[in-house]
Amino acid sequence: MADPVIDTHGLAKRYGRTDALIDLTLRVEPGEIFGFLGPNGAGKTTAVKLLLGLARATGGSGTVLGAPLGDRGARRDIGYLPELFRYQPWLRAREVVELHARLRAVAGGEATSDVGGVLEAVGLADRADDVVGGFSKGMQQRLGLAVALLGGPRLVVLDEPTSALDPVGRADVRTIVRRARDAGATILLNSHLLTEVERVCDRVAIVDHGRVLASGRMDDLLGEARVRLRVTDLAAADVAELRRFGRLAAGEDGWLTITGIDPARIPDVVASVVGAGGRVHAVESGRSTLEDLFMRLVGSGSGEAAA
Amino acid sequence: MRAIAIIARLTIAEAARRRILWVLLALTLISVLLTSWGVERLVSIARERGNASEIEIQVGVSQVLILIAFMFSFVLAMTAAFLGAPSIAADLESGVAHAMLARPIRRADLAVGRWVGLVVIVIAYAALSGFLEMGAVRLISGYLPPQPLAAVAFLSGQAVVLLTFAMLLSTRLPAIASGAVCVVLFGLGWMAGVFAGVGRFFDAGPLVVAAEASRWLLPSDGLWRGTIFALEPAVVIAGMETVGGPAAPANPFFAPTPPPIEFLLWSVGWVVVVLTAAAVSLARRDL
Repeated sequence: MADPVIDTHGLAKRYGRTDALIDLTLRVEPGEIFGFLGPNGAGKTTAVKLLLGLARATGGSGTVLGAPLGDRGARRDIGYLPELFRYQPWLRAREVVELHARLRAVAGGEATSDVGGVLEAVGLADRADDVVGGFSKGMQQRLGLAVALLGGPRLVVLDEPTSALDPVGRADVRTIVRRARDAGATILLNSHLLTEVERVCDRVAIVDHGRVLASGRMDDLLGEARVRLRVTDLAAADVAELRRFGRLAAGEDGWLTITGIDPARIPDVVASVVGAGGRVHAVESGRSTLEDLFMRLVGSGSGEAAA
Repeated sequence: MRAIAIIARLTIAEAARRRILWVLLALTLISVLLTSWGVERLVSIARERGNASEIEIQVGVSQVLILIAFMFSFVLAMTAAFLGAPSIAADLESGVAHAMLARPIRRADLAVGRWVGLVVIVIAYAALSGFLEMGAVRLISGYLPPQPLAAVAFLSGQAVVLLTFAMLLSTRLPAIASGAVCVVLFGLGWMAGVFAGVGRFFDAGPLVVAAEASRWLLPSDGLWRGTIFALEPAVVIAGMETVGGPAAPANPFFAPTPPPIEFLLWSVGWVVVVLTAAAVSLARRDL
């Protein structure tokens, strides 16, 4: 197995009397999109700052790209979009990216990264010569993404990358993130926008009160697939027949739920019902969502964070 | 070094783009024009009336020039304090620094780069305003101070001291607080110089010790005295000592001697130590 891109053990951070992070044990493998989830104040941004060396851990240990946390050489291969994506408002978009290309090259190499290419990738090619101070929040966030993707980093850390974007912008970010992964980058996506994470991440960790509550592959965490059908005119024997597809539960108003079904067999269920003379009024496939899991783990007290 | 150069250039470009440099330049030109006009009027009137010798006119001009230098030193001190105060704090508050410091640069590079850029700006401003003013006065009255280069150097040194101190504060305090503290201490430092002179005249031992100590703790006033000395013709020094006797050094616009070499070395060391402290303070804090 390849060396992990991020590997932390019991990482902790205390600010005065406040524990921002108590026990962060995390392993992010190369080439995956890792979702880091939690309500506001869970410790997500603190964790990111520790990983980048912007803050010092008060406990635990860890490595990023095989180097100790905050290692200067390793930072050359990290792209970072901060939560407070603010860039010099008096610079033009192209100049911001060029500045970061030069700062990146301080650790060696040339500052000839594809500035135009990253601006194009985030949809800012036609605004490259505009001053950043005139940008909307969404455009500044896109600029931040361009800065983070500059030079094809091995690790891209995105702290709430879609917080200021409209639905089209969010879809764009998903595409950009997947492209970066396909180009070989590992992505740490820090977010409380659960649907975003669910759509794009391979694995997730859910944190709250500075601890990891659950982590794993999305499929494992979200559990079994299920299908709900509203069916009428189906004999009881034929209903029972549906048990061969999974665990069957009958609800009110003709709703049937089959849990543990192979999603590929959902058309067979419909065919079976229709074949037995039943009428199918609705079919809803799915499984428990990330939001279900999140709410179960974090609790309704933090419900405001679950978007 | 590469990172320091990048940040220094960025700092100068920021001052130019945000029109700070151009506003300073315009204000300097206006100040030089107005003060030169004032000097020209005084000199013309004195010459027309014919009741003052040319030496007396030159002495008078030298004293007016010291007062003009004081105005520039005050403006320069404020400029240095308010350029240094947000230099780190504003970037931390806005989040601009976070993206930059996640790059493979040292935090010290950011602090020193910022410092170098701002030092270039304040020295350019001191040189421009100083030489323009002295040139204009020379044209009008024929008077040139004995050490124009040294005067500008001391003026710049005072600004660099305040700038460096403001930057140290800026690594821990918000920009406004850093600027305010720096301005208050600049004023106190100047007053300490006055108290030291008066205290010596009255032989007030503890007052002299306290005032002297504070002048060494923040060497801006000591450097201001260097500016005065560089602007004083020998005849003024001799005259003041004759007329004022032991009270002469209490005058905040008179310096009987140049700052001792120990003080100049101390000032250079002070800037190095405070700048290092700023770099360490930034490096040690959580962002």
